[in-house]
Amino acid sequence: MRGITQVALAGAALALSCTAALAQKETADAIARYRQLLQDGNPAELVVARGEALWKEKRGPKKTSLEQCDLGLGPGVVKAAYAQLPRYFSDTDQVMDYESRIVHCMVTLQGFDRAIAAKNPFSGAGQRQTDMEALTAYGVEESRGVPVNISQDHPKEKAAFDRGQQLFYMRAGPYDFSCASCHGVTGQRIRLQDLPNISQNKEDAARAFTTWPAYRVSQGTLRTMQWRLNDCFRQQRWPEPVFASPATVDLITFLGVNANGAKMDSPSIKR
Amino acid sequence: MKRNFTSPLALSFIVASLIGCAVYTAPTREETLQVVKGSFQDRGIAKLDRLDQSELQVACSEVALTGKELPKDVRARLEKQALATVKLPADGVYLGDFKQGERIAQTGVGLQWSDNDKTVAGGNCYACHQLSPQEIAFGNIGPSLRGYGKQRGNSQAVLSYTWGKLWNSHAYNACSQMPRYGDANILTTAQIKDLMALLLDPNSPVNK
Repeated sequence: MRGITQVALAGAALALSCTAALAQKETADAIARYRQLLQDGNPAELVVARGEALWKEKRGPKKTSLEQCDLGLGPGVVKAAYAQLPRYFSDTDQVMDYESRIVHCMVTLQGFDRAIAAKNPFSGAGQRQTDMEALTAYGVEESRGVPVNISQDHPKEKAAFDRGQQLFYMRAGPYDFSCASCHGVTGQRIRLQDLPNISQNKEDAARAFTTWPAYRVSQGTLRTMQWRLNDCFRQQRWPEPVFASPATVDLITFLGVNANGAKMDSPSIKR
Repeated sequence: MKRNFTSPLALSFIVASLIGCAVYTAPTREETLQVVKGSFQDRGIAKLDRLDQSELQVACSEVALTGKELPKDVRARLEKQALATVKLPADGVYLGDFKQGERIAQTGVGLQWSDNDKTVAGGNCYACHQLSPQEIAFGNIGPSLRGYGKQRGNSQAVLSYTWGKLWNSHAYNACSQMPRYGDANILTTAQIKDLMALLLDPNSPVNK
């Protein structure tokens, strides 16, 4: 009965609050509480465990594990590696993000065909996590609490940032949208979803970068940074970014450098 | 004095290498565009030609990137060009059904690769604007449109302006963030009439 009275009272209070702003604030507060409740028991832990097992498993034509994969801190070093990616790699003469580098190691160490290693990187809603997602979850967990430290020393790292910045502001497609259409002003929302100002607000950029990959409750699956960009471009009405393509690495470099110094806190859990 | 033996040749080498470091030049727009175009692919209805930017898209991207304002003459020209695209309703009827308008304002699908060419697109107005009072899940990228018609009335000037804004928002603000619902064939003329009614019909919840 007490619950019903509370609901009735809350309903009456809501009806009395004649401004939409108040009702909206209450909704936003409820969403914030919901997010807080989700923090306990993140299903991403299971994905991390599977990723670690996959990392150590002898796979591919060469029947080799990924344990000698060089993520930028030397062969076999996973600890703190995610937090310094994307970076320049002299063996490929390219700037690579974590997911591109995993593809690279699957090709060079395990002997997979590149097309196979980069195929279907994202799971469907509620489906089993892909190997790429599991390996990424494991990698980022090994950087939890590590400050983001993305280098801008190499000219190719600088060029990646600059192209990423240009791409961020590039308006195109039938809706004329750029990344900045939604992520260029502080305090903006789509419906009730807060939008981080990734380009100009250090705090927002840090929170966004350090909380991907994330377990998406609404989709029942773990999502990576490459997926985050992919789904933004879908809503931007652009064509599809090729998984691990140069422009995606450029954009992640731009986002990452803006978050330098903030501590990684991922896999996180989101709505 | 004993370390003072730097030859002019060595000095010029040092200067040259310092300059070499300092002259890192950022990739040009064209160079970036080439990398971007090589990094995307067709998917469903979302084809690569969507990356071919219009003059307005190029100009407004530059404004956003640099923070500089559009030169006055460029702004005037782009707005004039946008205004010229606006097709006013041939039958002279501007207002459709505000109930349909509310549905169109609520719907956000259309023109994504997850849609197809049979998908009836929505306007997704609530993503950015406040409209009817009963919908509290509204965004704030655009201004509140609550009471839009009540404040402005239904004069021909208001009808033409509002129609033009929905058809091609750049007609009145060169670098507006709002999609060109008519010009880009996102919504049909009938759908735009319904949105007009949502905004301007005295019986629409927007004006209650």
